[in-house]
Amino acid sequence: MGKIGIQLCGSYLPKYRIDRNLIAASWGRSSLGGERTVANNDEDAITLAVEAARNCLHGDSLEKIDGLFFATTSAPYKEKMNSAVMASALDLNRELVTADFGYSLRAGTGALKAALDSVRCGSARRALVTAADCRLGYPRSDQEQSFGDGAAAVLIGDQDLLATLEGEYSICNEMHDVWRNPEDTFVRTWESRFILGEGYTNTMSEVVRGILKKYGLEPKDITRAVFPAPDPRTLQGLAKKLGFDMKTQVQDPLISSIGYCGAAQALLMLVAALEEAEPGDLLLLANYADGADALLFRATGEIGQRSSQRKLQTLLEQKLMLSSYARFLSYKGLIETLPGEPFRLFPSATATWREAGSILRGHGSRCQACGKTTFPIQRICYHCQSKDQFVEVPISNYQGEVFTFSLDNLAGRSDDPVVIQTIADLGEEKVRFYGMMTDCNPSVVQIGMPVELTFRRIYDGMGIHNYFWKLRPVNKEDVTNG
Amino acid sequence: MGSIKDKVAIIGMGCSKFGERWDMGAVDLAIEAVYEAYGDAGIEAKDLEACWLSTLMAPVIGVSGSLAADGLKLGNIPVIRNENWCTSGHIALLEACMAVASGAYDLVMALGVEKLKDTGFPGLGTGRGMHPVYEARRTSPGSFGLIAERYFKTYGIPMEEGKITMAKIEVKNHDNGSLCPKAHFRNQITVDTVLKAPIIAWPLGLFDCCGNSDGAACAIITTPEKARSFRADPIYLKGFGISTDAMIPHFRPDFSWTSFNALVNSSRKAYEMAGIKNPREELSLAEVHDCFSITELLIYEDFGFSPRGRAKEDVDSGFFTRQGGLPVNVDGGLKCFGHPVGASGLRMTYEVYKQLQGKADLPERQIKNPRLGLAHTFGGPPQISAVAILGNERG
Repeated sequence: MGKIGIQLCGSYLPKYRIDRNLIAASWGRSSLGGERTVANNDEDAITLAVEAARNCLHGDSLEKIDGLFFATTSAPYKEKMNSAVMASALDLNRELVTADFGYSLRAGTGALKAALDSVRCGSARRALVTAADCRLGYPRSDQEQSFGDGAAAVLIGDQDLLATLEGEYSICNEMHDVWRNPEDTFVRTWESRFILGEGYTNTMSEVVRGILKKYGLEPKDITRAVFPAPDPRTLQGLAKKLGFDMKTQVQDPLISSIGYCGAAQALLMLVAALEEAEPGDLLLLANYADGADALLFRATGEIGQRSSQRKLQTLLEQKLMLSSYARFLSYKGLIETLPGEPFRLFPSATATWREAGSILRGHGSRCQACGKTTFPIQRICYHCQSKDQFVEVPISNYQGEVFTFSLDNLAGRSDDPVVIQTIADLGEEKVRFYGMMTDCNPSVVQIGMPVELTFRRIYDGMGIHNYFWKLRPVNKEDVTNG
Repeated sequence: MGSIKDKVAIIGMGCSKFGERWDMGAVDLAIEAVYEAYGDAGIEAKDLEACWLSTLMAPVIGVSGSLAADGLKLGNIPVIRNENWCTSGHIALLEACMAVASGAYDLVMALGVEKLKDTGFPGLGTGRGMHPVYEARRTSPGSFGLIAERYFKTYGIPMEEGKITMAKIEVKNHDNGSLCPKAHFRNQITVDTVLKAPIIAWPLGLFDCCGNSDGAACAIITTPEKARSFRADPIYLKGFGISTDAMIPHFRPDFSWTSFNALVNSSRKAYEMAGIKNPREELSLAEVHDCFSITELLIYEDFGFSPRGRAKEDVDSGFFTRQGGLPVNVDGGLKCFGHPVGASGLRMTYEVYKQLQGKADLPERQIKNPRLGLAHTFGGPPQISAVAILGNERG
């Protein structure tokens, strides 16, 4: 058996950030400094992971992907496969193994190891691993500030590798350090000195020393140590204890710019490391929770040749600052929005299942008689009235421009009052799409503005999360201006 | 295509006061309009042979025509409910006319009633229930805002000028409505008022949008042969056109958002039946669906009142004012009456009917020597349009 490893990687960060000083000031307490990502009110762990996967897979053929493993501790559905929604949104084949991993911040590396094992044993040719989290810390707690929302994805295979798997080592260690019960909204923690010392630092030390010993390596052999950490100071202590040079060897834990993204943090940092790696670099990923996983990857000559669609650095730069702590609480669902307008939309499991081609997969129909492409799928052509003479075409990767728009003050939520009603022409075929614009300052919208599609949770009703596509600006300046 | 030109006549109409009728339910509103119409036609409930009821909202489903049958004690006659979005009132009227023209009935009523102010919400609401996903958070102002943005872009009119043009339409409608005792809003406004108002759905501000009101209106219809036995001045149906287009035109490829097929088709069919070659010259007045100022502007062009892209010039010259070449929305339109959806088409018809009889409630708003009048509603996503042309002489 040849090498297995990572073929492609990508990440995704919500556009919204909040300055930690803003949270701190709202409570009259000290700030941890920096900022954190905040999922938009139309985003959740599923949509974040879909975006990360789209950034990862961009331009790659989807046919050979036959495994999809999703890791999160904030699954939108507690019973129902979240990765199945994702597989549709990514337009993956039906011949596919899907699995959800959860219940621990080690779910990310657990899913990664499962994907590596699947490819190694031949049960999957190419397995996509996604991880995303939107965890909640108690209001006023350190976690409220230190947590972030984000996602990452890696594609595992046995050829065209960016990085090869060089070693693995895991240990299990039961303790109550951070946990959440079924009825809990927020994470519970024991005393921080216990969980950081006895839990994090000692367990991480054990797994890192274990994998180095197993493969006859020393800390100096590691180019990049990728250690997700609850805070930068604890990471510094760990690095010193293990003999890694903080400045040259240790990957930025992303706490100051993004925050700790739960089950996604390990893969998010791995993607960040891969995007900066040189051929031959040896990366050590170690991930902690009730024990720890350690994995060794070596960057190949391909590294840097095939980059992610949008690198983490670009995602970091494209941001909109949340204007208030109140909006943060509302986006997090911790305070209710005004009931306002009743939705008269009744979710229908059967209708959305029947129309999943358009709604989730983002398929339009191309008329084989006249060539016109429309969205959503039309059985009878708008143009030539041919009946059932169409092929489905995926349009979710199309870019286009705004044809017309309205900034609707009646349609929004109380924490997000302006809905940008948008009509766009997408792709060379100018497929007409109608939807809402998201992640955009309304004042910058104009006819002709470049846009693309993003997968979002558009509303909830009857316990059903309704996912669909929205438009968003393509250019960085359209996100951040105004 | 056949024609029912001059084959039916309206012999009585009634219209409630429109507004926030907190003290009245749907049945009360209907009674107010219907008993005016009974009096106008000189009939009693027992004379009616059938009724077409137009209502959209209340209650949404499951009651067919019982609102009218129960409340008005219409006995055992058929009460046929009609729901066609904002065109419901017009289509109920035209269905009633077709039933008389067919010879099935001799004396029928079309009744439109809507009680929006019992819903607890100031607007019609977002999300229309037509599709669990595609309709999420779509509102009427949002949909019509899409027209405004595209229209002014297409014709190279800067938005600042476009906003002023739309404002002039509303200044005109408020001027008309200020003279109309049954209107909901009777205040006069200026262009400045319109421009300074809060934005509802950019570029449409508060005064670019019609309000939500309660109201009812109805018409009593018979054959032309019998009409004269009821009154000396019956009004005749000269032509009509109805057109229904794509469910959600928002997704329609190549759709211009500056013109609607339904508007063009419905008006052309109505002109053809009525024998109108040049509506700008031949029509004495028009009540059109001014749900938003931009809609009225678009209608001027789609109905052939103004050349393409040139409606602005007619607005600027005052062509559509009460004293102009073709007065439009002489009663203040939806802008001043509000839009109790199922009632609006019949309310507009009521104004045309009274004007054609020379019986406008105040002499200062009576059009001089009217001959032909048009009443129109436009609804749905928006894609349903209904036009009725009435005349005061039998051809």
